[in-house]
Amino acid sequence: MSGGAVAATAVEQRDIRSHPSGGGATESKGVGTSKWTPYLLLTPGFLWLALFFIVPTMMLLMFSLYTGSLDQGYSFEFPGNWSTYSAVWDYRAQFFRSFLFAGLSTLFCLALAYPLAYFIAFKSGKWKATLLVLVIAPFFTSFLIRTLAWKTILADDGPVVTFMNWAHITNLLALLHLTETDRVLNTPLAVVLGLTYNFLPFMVLPLYASLDRMDPRLVEAAQDLYSSPWTALRKVTWPLSLPGVVAGTLLTFIPAAGDYINAELLGTTKVSMIGNVIQDQFFVVTDYPTASALSFVLMLTILVLVFFYVRRAGTEELV
Amino acid sequence: MTTAKTGADLRIINTTKRFGDFVAVDDLTLTIPAGSFFALLGPSGCGKTTTLRMVAGLEEPTAGTILIGDEDVTWAKPYKRPVNTVFQSYALFPHLDIYENVAFGLRRRGVKDVSKTVEDMLALTELTGLARRKPQQLSGGQQQRVALARALINQPAVLLLDEPLGALDLKLRRQMQLELKRIQTEVGSTFVHVTHDQEEAMTMADTIAVMNAGRVEQLGAPADLYENPNTTFVANFLGQSNFFDGAVSDRSGNYVSVTVQGQHVSIPSSRVHTQGANVHVGVRPEKLRIQYRDDAQVNDNDNRLEAVVSDSSFIGVSTQYLVDTRWGQELTVFAQNTHRDERLVPGAAVVVSWAPDHTFALDAAQDVDAGVEIDEDAATPDPIGVSS
Ligand SMILES: Nc1ncnc2c1ncn2[C@@H]1O[C@H](COP(=O)(O)OP(=O)(O)OP(=O)(O)O)[C@@H](O)[C@H]1O
Ligand SMILES: [Mg+2]
Repeated sequence: MSGGAVAATAVEQRDIRSHPSGGGATESKGVGTSKWTPYLLLTPGFLWLALFFIVPTMMLLMFSLYTGSLDQGYSFEFPGNWSTYSAVWDYRAQFFRSFLFAGLSTLFCLALAYPLAYFIAFKSGKWKATLLVLVIAPFFTSFLIRTLAWKTILADDGPVVTFMNWAHITNLLALLHLTETDRVLNTPLAVVLGLTYNFLPFMVLPLYASLDRMDPRLVEAAQDLYSSPWTALRKVTWPLSLPGVVAGTLLTFIPAAGDYINAELLGTTKVSMIGNVIQDQFFVVTDYPTASALSFVLMLTILVLVFFYVRRAGTEELV
Repeated sequence: MTTAKTGADLRIINTTKRFGDFVAVDDLTLTIPAGSFFALLGPSGCGKTTTLRMVAGLEEPTAGTILIGDEDVTWAKPYKRPVNTVFQSYALFPHLDIYENVAFGLRRRGVKDVSKTVEDMLALTELTGLARRKPQQLSGGQQQRVALARALINQPAVLLLDEPLGALDLKLRRQMQLELKRIQTEVGSTFVHVTHDQEEAMTMADTIAVMNAGRVEQLGAPADLYENPNTTFVANFLGQSNFFDGAVSDRSGNYVSVTVQGQHVSIPSSRVHTQGANVHVGVRPEKLRIQYRDDAQVNDNDNRLEAVVSDSSFIGVSTQYLVDTRWGQELTVFAQNTHRDERLVPGAAVVVSWAPDHTFALDAAQDVDAGVEIDEDAATPDPIGVSS
């Protein structure tokens, strides 16, 4: 059979070509260029990080240990003014509230964004680009104005709250201490809604990116293998979108935990977050060391939370 | 969940699938008996995958009915059908390792202890050492075997295989072909095997349906399709043919007489697939006998033509001759190298003869070149070694 030999070589050739990682060419290419090139390319990034992250963080840490006041001037006296850190305990309620509100709004964002991102990625057809633009369209207006608009939306005599009162939703939520019995504005729910609204695009976009990358045929394969659409979502789509979920929740939770605008505009001092306290300490009380200490602890806490969260989600395990 | 331990009849009745204006599957009717190994053979884009997808429930037919056993599954959800698919693109789950990929179907059906079954299946597909790897860490051929294992393990009533062996090298391909045949006999599932490799279809299948542009051109046992094609498309798609233009002169007897360039050719009436007066007379190159003219001996009933050798090439097991007829048509002749005649060099006058029983006649309205393989996929083995 003459065809046999010819066919064998043809198949072998294709096999070699189809190996995605068979990068003999790329490996040999590296020999010519200096092994320092990657580091050189990373230098601007490192400088940026050093200049705008590490140095300010160190300054923050230093400042939190200073004594003095704005009028008398600040100075560092060994071993540092550690008493500033007692403020952390004083404001534990605000810390707790910050993480609670940020956590709640992250959950709300996820619940809203997942179906939306799923729809845009798989079902929107030719409307995909338009919908993506609409997701980021709010950014064309100022953050402040959009947040102020929620004051109108949640106004006591507005249609939303009127309906919620009529349907006794406010009563129900009041039991959970999320609202008062007849109003939403200036309650925790208002702040959480504001945060959810403001950070929603940060959740939608990474979710969309990871869902869009997914091969929809995997869902077909799952259904072929006895998965209902719901099981396919749980066992295939959701695990494959985890990198997007992790990115989205981080992008939402971290800024939400440090936010003070929403609590300022939509809440009262009774529901203020740690961001409001820090802002007050810096600009009203001008107690820079305490403000620095609070900022530093906030940053550290978020860092620790993120570390454990990412460890748990095990992103390196995922594709 | 329905799982049959044996295969079930698969019946596709008057099924059509349109994508917009484009008809991908055109009024298809097929009956595939339980436990058979059925091949859907056809060129790229002829609707093979679409047909399988309708059987699997991944595509809704525009019209028609699909039955598995006696159950109408036309509108059944894919996960409620006793059907599994080996996808053309594998569609392995990238977040699961090989073991979990293979166990996926069993777990979804709530099978408690999967380890024995999975390990047996991994052993069968020679994947044992790779159980804990991720799909993207496997070669193309290994991925294909995972796709096979993942579907087979469920012992479905109907197993759909969409070019499952395309990425394997020749040795493994042969091995898996035999393995598949063996498994099929063992589990008794109905196998529907899609391929555009005619040799694979012919060696593996009990029955082949040759598809073209959404329709079945011809259905039958591999040998019948090859020896007695009904259309030029089938004749060309399964190997190579010589065609002459002829006119029917007498239809009265068991043999139909056809005149080709003034010469008489006879063809069994069962092999004349048209009622028309004008026909394409076809004969396979290996059925032709070539002899040096001066001492040619031709059986009385055989068809014969005189010609001149224009080229000869030695291919080892056979010699391929190109000869020109009196009217300037080029024919291809494959001669076994049992008694090579050294006089058959270019320029030699020869007699080409063949038995009437090896002749077929097709409707002259058909395109003689229909189904001639354009070499679009270089990796598809050309098993018969004859298609141009
Ligand atoms: N979703 C779709 N929308 C529009 N056209 C489609 C769609 N799916 C398939 N087609 C068209 O239907 C025809 C048949 O496609 P199909 O995938 O069934 O071909 P095939 O026989 O499996 O080919 P191959 O051997 O290349 O896999 C093709 O022309 C294809 O372009
Ligand atoms: Mg296909």
